[in-house]
Amino acid sequence: MKKVFKLDQLDCANCAAKMEAAINKLDCVESASINFMAQRLTLEAADDKFDEALAAAQKAIGRIESDCKIVM
Amino acid sequence: MTRKQKKLLIRIAVATALIPAIFVLPVEGAAGALLFALPYLIVGGTVLRDACRNIAHGQMFDEQFLMSVATLGAFALGDYLEAVAVMVFYQVGELFQSLAVSRSRRSIAELMDIRPDTARVIRDGAETVVSPEQVRPGETVVVYPGEKVPLDGVILSGATALDTAALTGESIPTEVSAGDTAVSGAINLSGTVHIRVSGTYEQSTVAKILYMVENAAEKKSKSENFITRFSRVYTPCVVIGALMLAVLPPLFVGRWSDWLNRALIFLVVSCPCALVISVPLSFFGGIGGASRKGILIKGSEYIETLGKVQTVVFDKTGTLTHGTFTVTAVHPEQVSKAYLLDIAAAAEQQSSHPIARSIISAHGGHIESGRIGSVHEHSGMGVEAVIDGRTVFVGNERLMSLADTEARPCHRHGTVIHIAERGRYLGHIVVSDTVKPDSANAVASLKSLGVKRTVMLTGDRRDIAERVAGELGIDTVMAQLMPDGKVEAVEHLMSEFRPLAFVGDGINDAPVLTRADVGIAMGAMGSDAAIEAADIVLMDDKPARLTDAIRLSRRTMRIVHQNIVFAIAVKLGVLLLSACGLVGMWIAIFADVGVMVLAVLNAMRAMKA
Repeated sequence: MKKVFKLDQLDCANCAAKMEAAINKLDCVESASINFMAQRLTLEAADDKFDEALAAAQKAIGRIESDCKIVM
Repeated sequence: MTRKQKKLLIRIAVATALIPAIFVLPVEGAAGALLFALPYLIVGGTVLRDACRNIAHGQMFDEQFLMSVATLGAFALGDYLEAVAVMVFYQVGELFQSLAVSRSRRSIAELMDIRPDTARVIRDGAETVVSPEQVRPGETVVVYPGEKVPLDGVILSGATALDTAALTGESIPTEVSAGDTAVSGAINLSGTVHIRVSGTYEQSTVAKILYMVENAAEKKSKSENFITRFSRVYTPCVVIGALMLAVLPPLFVGRWSDWLNRALIFLVVSCPCALVISVPLSFFGGIGGASRKGILIKGSEYIETLGKVQTVVFDKTGTLTHGTFTVTAVHPEQVSKAYLLDIAAAAEQQSSHPIARSIISAHGGHIESGRIGSVHEHSGMGVEAVIDGRTVFVGNERLMSLADTEARPCHRHGTVIHIAERGRYLGHIVVSDTVKPDSANAVASLKSLGVKRTVMLTGDRRDIAERVAGELGIDTVMAQLMPDGKVEAVEHLMSEFRPLAFVGDGINDAPVLTRADVGIAMGAMGSDAAIEAADIVLMDDKPARLTDAIRLSRRTMRIVHQNIVFAIAVKLGVLLLSACGLVGMWIAIFADVGVMVLAVLNAMRAMKA
């Protein structure tokens, strides 16, 4: 399953690149892409693991920029 | 400005105002340090806080950390003013970056201001204002002058001019009246029209365009990936460089504080932000500017490829030609032209074949249905019909032998339709697909842009294909191809000059669009298949738009390269100079903030296509 989410308070382009790399390293995530200009996260994960992947992605994002939230 | 940005601005202003005040006070030494700590914390407190928090999260070497170390280091060395100034500049840079990004995001959103907010739907005889998503197919909507057409549909009554500039880049309004289709997102200029909605909002042209543009940057270009990789290596390298600079030289020559200062300058320069922000911003601007011209690009990757394109392959029908038949000649024998066209049109009246339709539209007038008697179709040959009480034959050469007469050959190119009564040949009509007026121009300008090879693919007969190609100045013709033959042809061509762009009208060529390095669909207003399969969509059907797209891609790529080279050169230059002790932290902070500001401003040019 592939879904697109809006990111709130994503402030720096370099952080976006770091978040993208960090999310891609997660086991439960198949692929992730962050578009800094559009402030969007595209997340792809297996259907049964999607919620887990989303939670892990949020955690990875928070570790890099603590204000940044995935808008559900 | 958002609240966050306003707060930052106030903090910068307060800190800057405090600095001269401190100079007036007659304090020296440790007391001075304490005084300078006040503006420092006001402007940089959040940076220190974020740096600590990120270290706690295991994130070393981010820009907050680097700035904290550099400025705290300056404090430790007694350069109080420098420490505060660097922090102020850093925050000014952050503020500017944030403003520039939100501004460019907004102006691109304005460029794409085609989303209709409301629809006036007629329910129970009354006009109700609802959101376009709530309108069901088959319902009728009213659009007044000045409003946007909310959904795709067919005009039931009224006539007006529609402005589709935001959708197609075409600045001349289209005149429409009852029976014509109206495209969602177009602006109604002159008259009130009633439109019967043909699909839901999600299926509408405007929804599809918006979806495509908003999701554009998902496919990242090589330049973007390069920058991401570069910055991942760059920052740690510079930090290690700084460490070595702080420790190694003073072991031999002494002067620890001097070398420590130089190392701190390294840290200031080590932030890769200017690069990381300016490259995607340039692409984003390029994509936004292109969409304004009716060129939808699905990702920055395709801007990069299109700019370098070597081979352009066109589908013939519907791309270089109109894809519809038109009567190009009427050659009567012993009867008048008008009479010949009249009986041919009458005989073909009930047919839906494109050739029949072209004859009927060339006739243009009304044909009394009472004039038409029995109509019999000879499959693969034509029709035999009783018109005004006389039997006429309208069809190809073989049909003429059924009419006991002989077809006269014609020197004109195209499909020849012969007309006869029994035993008496009346003449023929030539119909052919006509070349679009700007096709030749488009092919010529591709050449002047340095495209190595232009190719035309068609399922059509070789002689017709070669004539069209000759007329347009196309290099290579591949005719009589089956649809899967087109894929093979493209694969073969890709082994020669790459990258290859394929331009088609999206009908029957989805596999080729996918296979080519860049698949470009043309005239895609309302065609789902084309929007799905293509990498770039040209909203109107003018081949000349292709050259616009190539020029625009190259321009965007130039801006991207300028930014990469400029930012890396300045940073390396400052690193080198600061290692030799030739520049101070002031110059270093310029290398960081100034380069970013210039790169962002340069990137914004990409939008003004």
